Amino acid sequence: MSRLKRLFHQFGSPPWFYRFSGKLVPWLWVAFALLAAWGLYRGLVVAPADYQQGESVRIMYIHVPSAWMSWMVYAVMAGFGICALVWRVRVAEILMISSAPVGAAFTLVTLVSGSLWGRPTWGTYWVWDARLTSELVLLFLYLGVIGLYNAFDEPRKAARAASLLAIVGLVNLPIIHYSVNWWNTLHQPASIGLDGSSIHPSMLWPLLIMAAATKFYYGACLLTRARNRLLEQDRGKRWAREALAEGGR
Amino acid sequence: MNATVTTPPGKAIGPIFRRDLKLAFRRRSEILQPLIFLCVVVSLFPLGVSPAPERLATMAQGVIWIAALLATVLSLDTFFRDDWEDGSIEQWAVSGHSLALIAVARAAAHWLVAGLPIVLLSPLLATWMQLPGEGVPVLAATLALGTPVLALVGAIGSALTVGARRGGQLLSLLVFPLYVPVLIMATGATGAAVDGLPYNGQLGLMAAMLVAAVTLAPFAIAAALRLSLE
Amino acid sequence: MLQASRLTLERHFHPVFAPVDLVVGRGDLWVLTGANGSGKTTLLRLLAGLVTPSEGQLARSVAAAWVGHRLALKDDLDVLENLQLARDFAGRTDADPLDAARKAGLEMALDQPAGTLSAGQRKRCALARLLLSPAPLWLLDEPYANLDRDGVTLLDGLLADHVGAGGACVMSTHGDLKPAIDGYRELAILPAPPGDHW
Repeated sequence: MSRLKRLFHQFGSPPWFYRFSGKLVPWLWVAFALLAAWGLYRGLVVAPADYQQGESVRIMYIHVPSAWMSWMVYAVMAGFGICALVWRVRVAEILMISSAPVGAAFTLVTLVSGSLWGRPTWGTYWVWDARLTSELVLLFLYLGVIGLYNAFDEPRKAARAASLLAIVGLVNLPIIHYSVNWWNTLHQPASIGLDGSSIHPSMLWPLLIMAAATKFYYGACLLTRARNRLLEQDRGKRWAREALAEGGR
Repeated sequence: MNATVTTPPGKAIGPIFRRDLKLAFRRRSEILQPLIFLCVVVSLFPLGVSPAPERLATMAQGVIWIAALLATVLSLDTFFRDDWEDGSIEQWAVSGHSLALIAVARAAAHWLVAGLPIVLLSPLLATWMQLPGEGVPVLAATLALGTPVLALVGAIGSALTVGARRGGQLLSLLVFPLYVPVLIMATGATGAAVDGLPYNGQLGLMAAMLVAAVTLAPFAIAAALRLSLE
Repeated sequence: MLQASRLTLERHFHPVFAPVDLVVGRGDLWVLTGANGSGKTTLLRLLAGLVTPSEGQLARSVAAAWVGHRLALKDDLDVLENLQLARDFAGRTDADPLDAARKAGLEMALDQPAGTLSAGQRKRCALARLLLSPAPLWLLDEPYANLDRDGVTLLDGLLADHVGAGGACVMSTHGDLKPAIDGYRELAILPAPPGDHW
């Protein structure tokens, strides 16, 4: 227990976190770049076009991993929020609020790519389909978390308020998801979706590679953002001045 | 840090509940405003869309429920604001009483003066919107089950934004996404009743949401209130 | 009743004041002094448990009564109703709101809505609430503010009675006004030293 506590304390110490994550970040960016290049090559060049949807199916290789990430990032963000509220770990507060814009960006990419795919497939940029509607509600939840954070002057209070909202959102998300699905079956029959279920292996592989790539992107982006935020907040402290003197390492 | 303060839990419920009713009674016009707002919003739809009964009937439950959501958020902006600004929340926090139970007492009093009148108004609004007769009791039932959920979930948002800049504008952004399930189930149940389909499932789910909100929301409200004092 | 060691709070990642050590026992009257913005209010809020300390230990073994800048009066209720509410909330059926109002010199304003009271009368009303609270520890933020000469004498009387009966009080003051009570102790709130902990 005491060892776990010590580890926790160490991870929660800003200078330690800053140095440790600094070593990790370049590797995460490299892993992302390699996987994304490979996945996009297989998805855009190697994989066949769909017999029904034609070339536009290739949007799936961006859309589906982004959609997965939009939900996963929210759950991770709320997890950091729990650590921030229960143990008052400052690094968790920073990771929580640094996750929000990344998750919101994934959600936005999902919505935009879904609309672009909808134009040739459904004949319109927007259809109130269950997946897109849930995604839209999720975007509002992210914007609420970011908006609440920005409405306070004291950063630590802001982060804890945003954490609490993220947790409330997490409890609600399954209910929202379920009710939106139910509402959708009530109002329109199931149509062709862009959900990547039951697909040919030649299309599945690039999808999985891109899914892995987006996870590394999230990790790299999150740590980069968290490091910058930490440095900015602690700019008056000795460790931050030393880190800056060493060129931000 | 530990402050062992011995106050029997729940003893504050009665005084807070009576206080809220008394204060609401002293400011009767403020209770009426959201209700008038509700009626005005609903009456705009025939003017803006079409007075044709068959067109109004197709969207009656949706219009009434969305107007109820707007009216609720309007009344929730001030749910904790007065108590925060005059220092009452500080007194609650120092008293050692459970903030969660105080929140329950306040939500109950608020529902009595802001939620129940919406339920009672629903037959009038249903008539305006030409909702078929079969839907009216179900609409009232969904409002009776749904408005307490709106009050409790909205109180979380109200407690979170009470110390924030531009809290009022933020509140609607925070709570409307959380209101989506209530809106869907309520309008779904009413629509099913109008179409002669079973609606017990939706009402059951709304009852479950109410139970979940009553058990979980007070803790979130209490945590948010403590945060608002920091 | 209360024990604080190396207590401090950070705002924007800087300590508001130098770490504070404070022990409050029965019969103690502590006066916090310091310039505007030195952190007297913040320290009192810490002691009241309204704010969680960033560093240091705080243990409080008794209930506290709090009078802050915001007096927690309901403008729509009159003086007596406000005091009755405070009594009901404190759960004390034996305390008499009318008596408390008299002791605070508010007998002429009993049926006036709190919203129409002067700042000094409002302060008296908030102080009257202390008499309805069972808490042995009073935490008062600038209690002399807005009080006239009679009011100051009255507050000193309340403090002397409370402390004499085995209660305790921590209060802040920024001016020359100090309690006219023998044996009170002063604690000066100092600015945080430059530097950092990392």
